[in-house]
Amino acid sequence: MATYSTSEFRSGLKILIDRDPCIIVENEFVKPGKGQAFNRVRIRNLKTGRVVDKTFKSGDSVEAADVVDTDMQYLYADGEFWHFMVPDTFEQYAADANAVEVARQWLKEQDVCQVTLWNNSPLTVTPPNFVELKIVQTDPGVRGDTAQGGVKPATLETGAVVKVPLFVEEGEVIKVDTRTGEYVSRVKE
Amino acid sequence: MNGATRDWMPSTSAELVRLRGRVLRDIRGWFWERDVTEVDTPALSSGAATDPNITSFAVRNGDTLYYLQTSPEFPMKRLLAAGSGDIYQVCHVFREGEAGTRHNPEFTMLEWYRVGLDMHGMMDDVESLIGAICAGRRRVGRSVRITYRQLMTDVTGLDPFGADEAELAGALDDAGVDLPKGLEGDRDGLLDLVLAALVEPTLDPEQPVFVHDFPVSQAALARVRPGMPPVAERFELFLGGMELANGFHELADPGEQQARFERDLARRCADGRTAPPMDRRFLDALRAGLPDCSGVALGLDRLMMFLAGADSIRDVLTFDISRA
Repeated sequence: MATYSTSEFRSGLKILIDRDPCIIVENEFVKPGKGQAFNRVRIRNLKTGRVVDKTFKSGDSVEAADVVDTDMQYLYADGEFWHFMVPDTFEQYAADANAVEVARQWLKEQDVCQVTLWNNSPLTVTPPNFVELKIVQTDPGVRGDTAQGGVKPATLETGAVVKVPLFVEEGEVIKVDTRTGEYVSRVKE
Repeated sequence: MNGATRDWMPSTSAELVRLRGRVLRDIRGWFWERDVTEVDTPALSSGAATDPNITSFAVRNGDTLYYLQTSPEFPMKRLLAAGSGDIYQVCHVFREGEAGTRHNPEFTMLEWYRVGLDMHGMMDDVESLIGAICAGRRRVGRSVRITYRQLMTDVTGLDPFGADEAELAGALDDAGVDLPKGLEGDRDGLLDLVLAALVEPTLDPEQPVFVHDFPVSQAALARVRPGMPPVAERFELFLGGMELANGFHELADPGEQQARFERDLARRCADGRTAPPMDRRFLDALRAGLPDCSGVALGLDRLMMFLAGADSIRDVLTFDISRA
């Protein structure tokens, strides 16, 4: 089993804490001049998203988490699982509802997402930064209101609801930033 | 970029390179005025620090193993035993594995010794130097002195000389600091974590705080003053939220020194670490007679961090370890 010594600690390193995969967010080496050295580390649990502080005696080792990020194409959902495929190898992976919790509202078939695999099964799915989705429902805009920058809710084909400018109409395709959930622009078909 | 990287560039700024040059000139002027001699001792030694918490770099000269100094303490004390009188040195020291925002494996130490001064006299000396170097560069508050026992008690409500391991662990737990594996029964390790995690953050960064009279188990190379309880005549200076200097009323008893080295080495073996050879020539110098003196080691890079208001040691090093 691969391990990391505290001297290899840096942000972004993936380690196992209490059997859960975690990522190091911050690492601080502290050492009283004549005393024991410590690494005080802020870690995020990749399963739960929780951020906690841990302290290690410097020189100790922790198990590495076998976590890799892979680009995969989203294929379809079968009601229980969301299916992804590695484009080069056609290998398929099934992600459960936990793994797609954040991403599911942006998932459109054919789009390429980042799938984080832990021990070769999907841990989390990160959608593309920008997605283009069709508006399936929004109230008709009112002309003349654009100057005030007014917005209205619009439901997209994936079920996500975003705020769009009043001039945007049902049936149009828009570009959305998935990191903020904000409307970016209209997309000309 | 065609693979070209920019890490040939200094990690510090041109302005701070010049500031360090001027600070070094002022330090040398300060010692010159006090008739303290600048010395230059070897960075390589056939003996090494036995301190259980410090690792020396080992290097080879042919078949012979040498160690890079972790501080110039032993050769400087050999000079003192040979009759040098007051001496100081600015030199690079090396500690394996120490890297972080306040640590670099290679760093600059300002170390000096004063014959006939006791611990409080040495703190006066440090206070005076800090005042002179900060003058016109960064305001420093009035310095204060507090015993280790008082400081720890004030912040945690626990007497560091009386509290047991479970109480120390409880204080850490109450403050939301999780206990690292293997620290449960390690009294000094627990005290170190309490100091670093709970006490240090409460100190005023603008004010020099001298903490003195350490537990005997943390005496290092300091004399022990008998009493109830006995304490080590050791002090540390905190400034800018950092530990800036460590000083001793120097232990001169060769038998006691050798016993401490042996305890250190036994502890290192128990921890599964290397046990480097103790410095025989240093012990011989003590046997020949070390004059009554005090000494202090001050991290020059951290003093530069304080002067520059820098958050990371790399900001004040020409080339930090990632660019070395």
